[in-house]
Amino acid sequence: MKTHVVVFPGSNCDRDVAVAIEKIIGSLPKMVWHKDTSIDQSDLIVVPGGFSYGDYLRCGAMASTSPIMKSVIENAIKGVPVLGICNGFQILIESGLLQGALMRNSSLSFICRDVIIKTTNSKSIFTNKSKISKMPIAHNEGNFFASDDQIKKMEDNEQIAFQYCNENGDINDESNPNGSIKNIAGILNQNKNVLGMMPHPERAAENIHGCEDGKTIFESILN
Amino acid sequence: MLAKIHITLKKDVLDPQGSVIANSLKSLGFDNVRDVRQGKFIELEIEGKDRDTATKQCNEMCEKLLANLVIEDYSVEIES
Repeated sequence: MKTHVVVFPGSNCDRDVAVAIEKIIGSLPKMVWHKDTSIDQSDLIVVPGGFSYGDYLRCGAMASTSPIMKSVIENAIKGVPVLGICNGFQILIESGLLQGALMRNSSLSFICRDVIIKTTNSKSIFTNKSKISKMPIAHNEGNFFASDDQIKKMEDNEQIAFQYCNENGDINDESNPNGSIKNIAGILNQNKNVLGMMPHPERAAENIHGCEDGKTIFESILN
Repeated sequence: MLAKIHITLKKDVLDPQGSVIANSLKSLGFDNVRDVRQGKFIELEIEGKDRDTATKQCNEMCEKLLANLVIEDYSVEIES
């Protein structure tokens, strides 16, 4: 499998994702610098977490105009799987590949802890192995927002990938860490080949992490 | 020309920062503060003399980058 990880100034989960891909998918990803202009023949492009461009203007806004994003968008339109994690999710939204917006957490504080997420759409290439998973989140702007119309369309088209829940899988206010509308933790594009998610699967991908639920995302892509 | 751009959260989008600021103002004794909305203010120096062109350009900048239209509204003011 040919995999690529995009690196922006300020990315800080690029190497973690690369390790997870190497261990689980079994191939070393090519790291692609944001100033590069093309990604040829990829089976998976990951836009990793971090603080690209210092979160200037809005998280992900600057990165979305980087030269490499043109190629990421072209690949996504062709159907290449694209996974955005945390800041990567913010970048995919700012680039227009995913809908909605990620606003500041309703608590106004940075949240760094494990959360439990329920797989709402388990039919996509990214989610066919996961049900209820524990993974860490680490963000200040993960509060997902979309208009009622957009949410309705996303629900009808099964674009909601993950929702924050409790250990029993109940989706309620208590299990919502950041104020996201409908407890949304991750969404898919219309064609289901682009996934953006706030939780970090690469940080729950091997035994020493204390939890291995994140592996399912990478195993699903392999499947 | 000088362009002054205001970017604010849409009315139906919750602004938790605004609420906290409102509470702080009340605790300072400004009891008549009802609602606070926090936004961004961006100033741009633009070459050229045609105000209409500049306004059009600024609108495009807001739509493409400066504002996120899912959650934000913007207004543009041009001063010569």
